[in-house]
Amino acid sequence: MSDNKKWYSLDLGLNNKKESSGSCGCGKSEGSCSSTPKEQVEEELSPEEFYEAAINASIGEERHRDGFEQVFDVKMDRRSAFKKLTASLLIGAGAVTTSCSVTTGSDTKEKAQIDWEEQFKGNYKLMTDEEKQGTINRLMRSYELRTDKKINMTAENAAEDVLFGYAFNISKCQGYMNCVSACVEENNQDRNSEMQYIRIHEMKDGEGFKFDKADDNYYHEVPAEGHFYMGTQCFHCDNPPCVEVCPVQATWKEEDGLVVIDYDWCVGCRYCMAACPYDGRRFNWSKPEVPEPEVNKNQHYLGNRMRKKGVMEKCTFCVQRTRKGKNPACVEACPTGARIFGNLLDPDSTIRWVLENKKVFRLKEDLGTEPKFWYFMD
Amino acid sequence: MGAFKVFKSLVVDSLDTITKGSKTYHLWMGFLTLVMLIGMYCYSIQLEEGLSATGMSDRVSWGLYISNFTFLVGVAAAAVMLVMPTYVLKDIDFKQAVLIGEGLAVAALVMCLAFVVADMGGPSVLWHMIPGIGVFNFPNSMLTWDVIVLNGYLFINISIPFYILFKHYQNKEAKKSVYVPGAIISVFWAVGIHLVTAFLYQGLQARPFWNNALLGPRFLASAFAAGPSLIILVLAVIRSFTAFKIEDKTIKKIAMIVTVAAQINLIMLVSELFKEFYAPTHHSESAYYLFFGLHGKDALLPWIWTAIPLNVLATVILTFNKFRNNLKVLYVCCFMLFVAIWIEKGFGLIVPGFIPGPYGKIVEYLPTGVEIGVTIGIWAMGAFVFTILAKTAIGIELGELRYKDKKA
Ligand code: SF4
Ligand code: SF4
Repeated sequence: MSDNKKWYSLDLGLNNKKESSGSCGCGKSEGSCSSTPKEQVEEELSPEEFYEAAINASIGEERHRDGFEQVFDVKMDRRSAFKKLTASLLIGAGAVTTSCSVTTGSDTKEKAQIDWEEQFKGNYKLMTDEEKQGTINRLMRSYELRTDKKINMTAENAAEDVLFGYAFNISKCQGYMNCVSACVEENNQDRNSEMQYIRIHEMKDGEGFKFDKADDNYYHEVPAEGHFYMGTQCFHCDNPPCVEVCPVQATWKEEDGLVVIDYDWCVGCRYCMAACPYDGRRFNWSKPEVPEPEVNKNQHYLGNRMRKKGVMEKCTFCVQRTRKGKNPACVEACPTGARIFGNLLDPDSTIRWVLENKKVFRLKEDLGTEPKFWYFMD
Repeated sequence: MGAFKVFKSLVVDSLDTITKGSKTYHLWMGFLTLVMLIGMYCYSIQLEEGLSATGMSDRVSWGLYISNFTFLVGVAAAAVMLVMPTYVLKDIDFKQAVLIGEGLAVAALVMCLAFVVADMGGPSVLWHMIPGIGVFNFPNSMLTWDVIVLNGYLFINISIPFYILFKHYQNKEAKKSVYVPGAIISVFWAVGIHLVTAFLYQGLQARPFWNNALLGPRFLASAFAAGPSLIILVLAVIRSFTAFKIEDKTIKKIAMIVTVAAQINLIMLVSELFKEFYAPTHHSESAYYLFFGLHGKDALLPWIWTAIPLNVLATVILTFNKFRNNLKVLYVCCFMLFVAIWIEKGFGLIVPGFIPGPYGKIVEYLPTGVEIGVTIGIWAMGAFVFTILAKTAIGIELGELRYKDKKA
C-alpha cells in the first residue's frame, strides 16, 4: 500500500492509477526502482525532477543557502512535495525563512526544522510506529531546546485484549474533589482558565438525578447535609458521537476503547463539543499555561502532553498511566474508593465484579452512545 | 489563444470600471475598506489571544460567527429561486435580477467561508480539511459535506454568470446548451447546501433543540424569504443609482416569492411552538429559555421578541396585494423580514441550542467587541465583493464594457 493513500479517505476508485505512478512497491520514496515499469518513468517527471522543479518554482535561488538543504533533507516523494508546497502557500513558510537565514544559530535552525516538520506531519491515527516515534522524538527535543528541561513522552499503542471501563459508586462519593485536583496535575491542564475534566455534581437526597438543580461549582464544606454527589467526565462512549462529527478525524476511538484527540491535527471547529451529550470535552480558548515546575513530565502523545491554544482536549482515562497498567490519577486519588477502573475483558477484574454483582446504570442511555462508564450504589 | 486574450482584456476593463465611479461610489467603497481594516485588526487580536477574545465558552461553544454563517448559507441558496424561472422557464423578466442574485450568492458564500475560518481555533492547520492533502472524514461528518457542497456551489455560481458575461462581453449570445444544465444543477445544489447545513445541527442527539425534523425545511423556507428580500432591496438601490433598468414587474414577481416563503415559514414556526409548549418535556427547556427565559436568565428575550413581531407583521402586510404592490411598503417589509430572519436563524437558533447545557447548566453568551468587529468586517467584505461583481456585470450588460479586437 502506498503511504500516500492513507491521508486520503474519500476513494471512489478514481485515484488508483495516479497513485501507482507516484511511488512503487519497493518502499523507496526517492529515485526509481527496478519494479517501476519503464513507460511510467518516461511519461512523467521522475520524483527527483519533480522535486527539483517544485523547489525551483517556489524559492528559486534561496535553495543554495545552506539552511535550506537541511530543512528539505526530508525524504519526499512527489506527492508529499506537493503537499508541503501547497500547505506552505497557504500559511506562508515562516519556518523556511528562518532556517534559510545564514545568521541564525544552529539551535534556531533546529527549532525551525522541527516546527516545519511538525506543521506538516500527518494524522497520528494513520502513522506507522516509526512515524509515531519520529514525532515524539521531535516533540521531546523541541521541549528541551525551548526550556532546557527533558520530558519523557511515549507513543504506546493499545495492548491486546484490553477494553477499559469505569464505574462510579454514588453512595461512596463525598464530594471531596481530590479526583479533580489529581486530574489537573496529572494531565497538565491549563491553570489560568482552571480547566477541569471532571465535574462533581451536588444533588439533594430524595430528589433523584436533577441535574438542572445540581450544583457543580460549590465552595462549602463537604459532605453537605442532605446531599449526595456524583461525578461526570468523558464517558468514552462505545459509539461516540464526537468521533462521528469531526471533519478531519482528529478524534477517534482506540482499540482499548479510549476516545482520544490528536491535538496537532485538530482544527478547532468545536463540532465534537456540540455533539457530546455528556459535556466531556474542553477547549483551549487561550494558550494553556502550566508553571514549569508543575509540569508532569511523564507524557503520552495522546494524553497529557502540552497543548496549544485553539485545540480540543479531554479526559483520556490517563492513557499515559493506564497503558502502563496503572490506575488513572482520579481513581488513585479518591479517598473513599468510589472510583473503580479496569479491563472489561478480564473476568477477574474488579470492574467486572461490579458490573456483575451491582445494580448499575448509565446516563442518557436512550441516546445510544453506549458509555463505558457505569454508576452504582452499595 | 483568443480566449485568453479576451480574458485579459476583460480583467483590465473591469479593473478600470471598478476603480471609476461617482463620488457616492468612491465614498461607499472607501467606507467598506475602512470597516474591513477594522475587522482585520480585530481578527489579528483574536489570532494573538485565541478564541478567548470572543464571548464563547466551553458551555456555549458556537456564537456570532456560526450564527452568521448559517444565515448566509440561506441567502446564498436563495439566488436559485431566481435562476430557475429565468434560465429554465425562460421567464425574461428575471434576467437582470438573476445576475444580481448570483453575484449576491457569490458574496454570501465568500462571507460564509470567512466566518468559518474566523471561527476556527487553528486556522494555520486548516489544510487538514482540504481533500487530498489532509484527512477527510467523509461521509461521516456533516461538516465535510458542508465544505464540499459550499465550495461546489461557489464554483457553479461563479462559472455560470462568468460564462454568460464573458460571451456578452464579446458581443456574442451565450449558448443555452452550456448554461442551462449548469442552472438546473445549481437549483438542486442550492437546496442541498441548505439542507446539509441544517443537518449539521439536526444530527446532534446531544442538542434536543436542534434535533428536530422541521429544522431543514424551516431553514429553506426562511432562506427563501430572507434571500429574495435582500435581492429586492439591492435591486432597489441599483435601480436608483445606475442606468440598469429593472422593471417593477420583476420586483413584484420576486415579492411574490418572498411572500409565499414567509407564509410557509410562519406556519412552520407555529408548528414548532406548538410542539414545544403544548406538552412541554424537559427537551423544551431551550425553547423556554429562548422565549421566556429560564431561572432568571433571559439574555435572548429582547432579540427574539423583536424578531417574532417583525416577522409576523411583515408577512401579514405582504399577504395583501394592495400593500405588496406598493413598492415603498414592500421595501420596508423586506427589510423587516430580513432583520427578523437574521435574528431568528442566528441568535435564535444557534445560541439556545447550547442553553441549558448537557447537565442543565445555564451559561449565557454575549459577543465581545472583537467578535462584533470581525463580524462587521466580514459583512463589509461581502458588500465589497458584491459591489465589484455587480459593477462589472452591469457594465457588461449595459454594453459599456465590450471587447475591442485591436486587429478588427
Ligand atoms: S462522553 Fe462525549 S467526549 Fe466522551 S466519548 Fe462520549 S461523546 Fe465523546
Ligand atoms: S474541534 Fe478538533 S477534534 Fe473536535 S471536531 Fe473539530 S477538529 Fe475534530
